[in-house]
Amino acid sequence: MENKKIDRIINKYQGKPNSLIQVLLEIQSENHWLPKEALDRVSKKLNVPLSQIMQIATFHNTFSLIPKGRHEVHVCTGSSCHVRGSTRLLDAVQELIGIRPGETDSDSKFSLDTSNCLGCCNLGPEIIVDGKHHGKVTPAKAEDVLKNYE
Amino acid sequence: MPRIDSAAELEELRKGILSKRDPNKPYIAICAGMGCHGLSNDRIITAFEEEVKKQDLKKKVDIRATGCHGFCEKGPIVVIYPEQICYVEVMPGDVPEIVSQTVLGKKVIDRLIYTDPNTGEKAAHQSEIPFYKNQMQHLINNNTKIDPKSIDDYLAIGGYSALSKALLEMSPEQVLEEIKKSNLRGRGGGGFPAGKKWETARNAPGEEKYVIVNSHEGELGAFMDRAIFMGNPHSVLEGLIIGAYAIGSHQGFIYTRHDTPQLKNNIDIALAKAEEYGLLGENILGSGFNFNVEVHFDIGIFVSGESSALMKSIEGKNPEPRAKYIRTSVRGIWEKPSNLNNVETWANVPLIINKGSEWYASIGTERSKGTKLISLSGNIVNTGVAEVPFGTTIREIIYDIGGGIPNGKKLKAVHFGGPMGGSIPESYLDTPLDFDELAELGAPIGAGSMLVLDEDTNMVDVIRFFLDFLSNESCGKCVPCREGIRQMLKIVTNISEGNGREGDIQLLEEISEVAAAASLCALGKTASDPLLSTLRYFRDEYEANIK
Ligand SMILES: Cc1cc2nc3c(=O)[nH]c(=O)nc-3n(C[C@H](O)[C@H](O)[C@H](O)COP(=O)(O)O)c2cc1C
Ligand code: FES
Repeated sequence: MENKKIDRIINKYQGKPNSLIQVLLEIQSENHWLPKEALDRVSKKLNVPLSQIMQIATFHNTFSLIPKGRHEVHVCTGSSCHVRGSTRLLDAVQELIGIRPGETDSDSKFSLDTSNCLGCCNLGPEIIVDGKHHGKVTPAKAEDVLKNYE
Repeated sequence: MPRIDSAAELEELRKGILSKRDPNKPYIAICAGMGCHGLSNDRIITAFEEEVKKQDLKKKVDIRATGCHGFCEKGPIVVIYPEQICYVEVMPGDVPEIVSQTVLGKKVIDRLIYTDPNTGEKAAHQSEIPFYKNQMQHLINNNTKIDPKSIDDYLAIGGYSALSKALLEMSPEQVLEEIKKSNLRGRGGGGFPAGKKWETARNAPGEEKYVIVNSHEGELGAFMDRAIFMGNPHSVLEGLIIGAYAIGSHQGFIYTRHDTPQLKNNIDIALAKAEEYGLLGENILGSGFNFNVEVHFDIGIFVSGESSALMKSIEGKNPEPRAKYIRTSVRGIWEKPSNLNNVETWANVPLIINKGSEWYASIGTERSKGTKLISLSGNIVNTGVAEVPFGTTIREIIYDIGGGIPNGKKLKAVHFGGPMGGSIPESYLDTPLDFDELAELGAPIGAGSMLVLDEDTNMVDVIRFFLDFLSNESCGKCVPCREGIRQMLKIVTNISEGNGREGDIQLLEEISEVAAAASLCALGKTASDPLLSTLRYFRDEYEANIK
């Protein structure tokens, strides 16, 4: 990620140290992962120790310290999706793309993760690809959803 | 837009907006809530815009992309006003027909109206559909009437009149008194009296004080905060400003989800508009009261909705809770008194100021007042958001509003409050919705998610699921929570796989006792609540798997 882009994000918050989380979220959202150089720059610019940044960046799977695939696949594992069969759906997706939650495949096409309830329980069980919801996906239908992504 | 500097100017502006609006002019309310969003409602919105342009109807018809209507199950939902004809499961291809037949021709399209799956009865108007008919709506009903991006829409339905009344006709003490008398209790999970919390923050020593909206909404299966905040952001903001005035705070924070750009967008627009109109910033409505708001985001982890963790996060630090020997309303963000309330709690405030605490307290049960938004999910026919007065029985919510259990199955249990809640069995369905009655049964209502479970559900598996969730979402700082949950999960997993051992249940009870007594925050303290409620009502399911 270019320094210019990082600086633009930091400048938006006028270099306030308490904007650290916002800055990290924006970098994650734009770049899909947090490169080490970017974190160094944030540390310097916001005057926050790298240890504090790492503490936040490793706290939850919202942030990634490794590059992600071209498409981010999430299977909702919230409570409603769970009772509607998301465990079997997740199994099917893992089988299809050959990776487990938290992993990226070898040609960087897909990254897989589970997600907590996104409040679209009317759709459950659901797969979310790059933010787009695909609702009422049975294990058998997972392939139909994923084959549309290159 | 020039800023508004007095009550008279506000009323004048409102009159101006209303005079330009013809109540008989048809408008099309298309749901743009999260549930319908997942059903590609953007395609419906575009289709309507294109059709109206094509037929050159811009002057004759208004289109509003609104917040969640509640009936997410049947989305995308489109309501045609002024007749209130409600179309369900609308597809882009239906749009031209809706415009010519219904909007212009005033004819109902039979194929698109709701059919009751149980009785086969059809209902063309929103007010005739059982899902809506059996609710009492004071909050979510406004969602269909406004475009959340338009402050004028909010003003047109009387918006900010409560703020004007509070700032210009009442003293902060009077506002506080009104909230206390209404007996409004927090909607975020604890049910703590809002007035009492406000008073603590108000009386706490220190000049600088903060007020905060908790819009993290981390409870699984809860989506009513999003429905209200995304659909009617000004109502929450208005409540927040009134609260700030009563407490003596000049800085507010909104803590919301990082993963819902639509929500973020609507909040940003609402803040910008309110500032432009002089409803935020310096000298609000000419009252001399100053107030600003900053938006902050969670990082996804469940524990960040907990008050002290949330406040750490606003400081830019890791969302880790601290022990609360001193309440956050006394010592919160940067050690300053900080009053935190849930989205729905704040949204109730303008209503109370406008209609009075007496009116408010006339709704509900003796100790739970007003209405409550409920998110229905799981094995239920109508997934969605419903608003009911406290005192409504759980049976009414599930059968009259929720439409019962799909696929002809029987109900087994209802789980309230997500991972820190509890379940009740079928035999308790006639219990009224009430903070204290349900807590006594071991199923506190939490933020208001109701996960309905049918007869096929394995209760031990449900508990394993919640413990697994909590073991990932605990911050890991204190041992009783981190290790306690992990051990309980291990034992419950063994039981659910049929490998339970003699003494497991006693061990679970012991661990849960320690976690409840010694954990730092409510996550660890209540992590075993779902487990304990199922040991109370479904113990045989555990015992059956113990050798
Ligand atoms: C682990 C944990 C998560 C919580 N998550 C939320 C949440 O997402 N939204 C919320 O409003 N309250 C949440 N709470 C409750 C808050 O700590 C706090 O009590 C509430 O926001 C206060 O507002 P109220 O009095 O209006 O309910 C959570 C509590 C705990 C212990
Ligand atoms: S999101 Fe459309 S009705 Fe709930």
